[in-house]
Amino acid sequence: MSKNIKFLGLLLTLIIIFIILLKGLNVSKDYSNKKLKSKIDFSLNAKKLFSDEIINISDLFDKNSPSVVNIWASWCAPCREEHQFLMKLKDMNINIIGINYKDSPKNAKNFLSSLGNPYSEVITDNDGTKSIEFGAIGVPETFIISGKTNEIIKKYIGPLTSENLIEIKNLLKKNV
Amino acid sequence: MFKILKLILLLYFSFNFSYANEINTKVDKITKNLRCLICQGQSVYDSQSDFAISMKLVVKNKIDEGKEDEEIYDYLKNKYGEWIVYEPELNRNTFLLWSIPLILFAFGGLLIIRKVSIK
Amino acid sequence: MSNYLGNYSLYIALIASVYLIFKSYLDANSENKYLDKNFILITSIQTIMIMVSFFSLVAAFVISDFSNETVFNNSHTLKPLFYKVSGTWGNHEGSLLLWLLVLSIFLFIFLLNSRSQDTKYKLLTILFQQIIISGFLVFILLTSNPFKMLYPIPSEGLGLNPILQDPALAIHPPILYLGYVGTSIIFSASLASMISGNIGDKWARHIKKWVLVSWVFLTIGILLGSIWAYYELGWGGFWFWDPVENVSLMPWFCLTALLHTVIVLQKRNSFKEWTIILSITTFSLSMSGTFLVRSGILNSIHTFANDPSRGLFILSFLFILILMSILIFFFNQNKISNTAKENFILSKETAILVNNWFMMFFLSVVLVGTIYPIFLEVLNGSKISVGPPFYHNLLIPFLIPFLIFMSFGPSLKWIKDKLKKFNYNILIIFFVSLLISFVILTKTENSFLLSIPLIVLSIYLLLVTIKDFFVSRSSISQKISHFGFSLLITSILLNGLFSNEFNSNMKVGDERIFNDKVVKLKEVNVTDVDNYKSLKASFEVTNKNSSFALYPEVRIYKQPLTITSEADIKTTLFSDNFLVFNILKDDGYYNVRYQYKPLMIWIWISTIFIGFGGLLSVIRKNEQKY
Repeated sequence: MSKNIKFLGLLLTLIIIFIILLKGLNVSKDYSNKKLKSKIDFSLNAKKLFSDEIINISDLFDKNSPSVVNIWASWCAPCREEHQFLMKLKDMNINIIGINYKDSPKNAKNFLSSLGNPYSEVITDNDGTKSIEFGAIGVPETFIISGKTNEIIKKYIGPLTSENLIEIKNLLKKNV
Repeated sequence: MFKILKLILLLYFSFNFSYANEINTKVDKITKNLRCLICQGQSVYDSQSDFAISMKLVVKNKIDEGKEDEEIYDYLKNKYGEWIVYEPELNRNTFLLWSIPLILFAFGGLLIIRKVSIK
Repeated sequence: MSNYLGNYSLYIALIASVYLIFKSYLDANSENKYLDKNFILITSIQTIMIMVSFFSLVAAFVISDFSNETVFNNSHTLKPLFYKVSGTWGNHEGSLLLWLLVLSIFLFIFLLNSRSQDTKYKLLTILFQQIIISGFLVFILLTSNPFKMLYPIPSEGLGLNPILQDPALAIHPPILYLGYVGTSIIFSASLASMISGNIGDKWARHIKKWVLVSWVFLTIGILLGSIWAYYELGWGGFWFWDPVENVSLMPWFCLTALLHTVIVLQKRNSFKEWTIILSITTFSLSMSGTFLVRSGILNSIHTFANDPSRGLFILSFLFILILMSILIFFFNQNKISNTAKENFILSKETAILVNNWFMMFFLSVVLVGTIYPIFLEVLNGSKISVGPPFYHNLLIPFLIPFLIFMSFGPSLKWIKDKLKKFNYNILIIFFVSLLISFVILTKTENSFLLSIPLIVLSIYLLLVTIKDFFVSRSSISQKISHFGFSLLITSILLNGLFSNEFNSNMKVGDERIFNDKVVKLKEVNVTDVDNYKSLKASFEVTNKNSSFALYPEVRIYKQPLTITSEADIKTTLFSDNFLVFNILKDDGYYNVRYQYKPLMIWIWISTIFIGFGGLLSVIRKNEQKY
């Protein structure tokens, strides 16, 4: 009797482990922090790319509607790819704030003058610490941030795609 | 003898020492316990990637501001999730992680006591 | 050409496998007294076919035949010949083919080596081993065929990961596989002995050789992996508690437990069921290792191409094997004749039980730490990292009782030992180790409290294992392994306690003062070598009365574009000086990491001692006493 119970118990454990490992196979192994909705410290100061003026980042955000934050660099090839989508967002009158990541101001300005400037304001991040505040792991990354709660609503790691563009449009319509 | 041993164990768990003794500064100690998220299996301390370099700076800035270790870990966990720290803290999610080996050890001890006659 | 040859010989091997499965099953149920001659014949044909297949892949790598997809993905004409050959098993498909080759060779050797065994037992071993072989054959043919053809034929390959171009790593997989695959024989043989009911001292003597052989290979395989990580990854560590490393350590703990248990079975004819359970677990862990590594379910430094269908196959296959062994175990349990024997508290049997107890605990820590993140993510979606602090916190406190047990366990007698009169030798040794530890510990301002008992006990154990050599000449192989183990623990502890380092950005001409040394970056030379660009730095380390030079290197490989740092290490008997540098974005500056690591070489030497003890035991078949 007790032998049968042991046997069945072992069998059941085995099946459970099997199912869990089976599901584990399909879980993405990449780092993802999409679920995290961390608050941004709005008291952060940063330097503007175009005027060398130091400002408080809370001034850049629209208090009533969400803004888009995009981390980019002129040396980053995928940033070049996604630039067209940012320009489209700009055409829809969306407030996009650029964070220029570990870049030379000269190259950054050239990049924007040749491809167009989608940003309402660009702040510089020479040592990469500002991007850490946004929970970024590299360039490019794009965030949608609620002006009301200072929270990150949505994250995109890597270059934006045309599908992302539609998603962002819908999100911003909801006016969170 | 037993009391001394117990005291040592208690101290050990309450201070929660990191094993790596080469940790000289607080920054090194903290960044060794952080996973470099864009590297394969490297700590932030060991990595020279852009991300890791910035992360080291952030940790240094936070220490300069007078933040405690726990506050820095919490800050980073808030930004990047639990995944970033190598030492999983004891909570509802990790309770079994820390206790399963200890339970098994106790269970094994009981089995041996049953098998062995003390005479 | 070699593609067809390699491919079709695998099909022939599969046919042989299917034939052997049926034939051995039928014969096992008949009352044949002798093993049919065909078994040896067909098994050797199968082994030769797999060999042909393996060597045609090696040949494809050597001649850089890029019509073969595996060669195209993993090789390059500019690669040195040695690494072309080792590239054969440096990838998923080729490494599985190597697994398979070792599987069939081992079965062949087993058949030659077990002439005196019972026929039914041999037939059943063939049956189970062929089930494993056929599983691997189907797996290779369906999901990981190394002989896929490419058309049009590319003119150049995609190159082998330069980080894998290292002699220790080139021989690491084959050695490790010999250990893993050896456990398959133990698995098949223990299931067979369960059914045929011949578990006992005679069987234990016969299977012990296989346990020892697998254990030696696994030990050396782990050592080589660790040496590679130390030299090549460039962080100065030798064990990172990375999942892929853990996966090789798990069967090692289990096999070490089995190694001890099988001796009890041999000498005292008891612990039968436990021996079988350990055999099944050891092989399951080796297989899970393959599953965890090859399916890409783990996050690891060691990336392997992954494909969910492969993971699915290995997972299902693994569970079928485990299920089969559980069924066999429960339905044949009554065949085990257990003459209830009393175990006394002071006896070698109990000491070995305690050894098993700790091994199972170490195993459970590593197992839980490795797979818990997967389980948690599946069950509630949260991602956590389980890194070195977890393993250290759980394992290190338990080392204290373990070292104490190990200092007296091996010298206990079988059946029942008496408490001896107070032994003054032991007391003297203990005081000597206290004294040595005191001298050592005054030299460090370390605040890690557990280090005091750990250092005392590890030195004590070291002295006891040395003393044991002089007490008697028996069981010399065991003494060597135990001495190696205590030396390993002592070296690791002292290494951890006294390692220090600096990490700094330097430009040419800069100096840093570190401990009582001056480290100067003299120059950096840039040269073009075959398939990479080399930046070789020249450092001078000056002490009070001596100086030496270190030449670390940064390599920028073209195929595929990868930057690696080659550390330069000055090794002496007392310490390693480990220097590695990296390029920084700021022009002219380099990130320099200099590490002083005492007793590094003794970590390798002691592991060789551990393995050598096992090897000696295999060679000295008629050893009097263990």
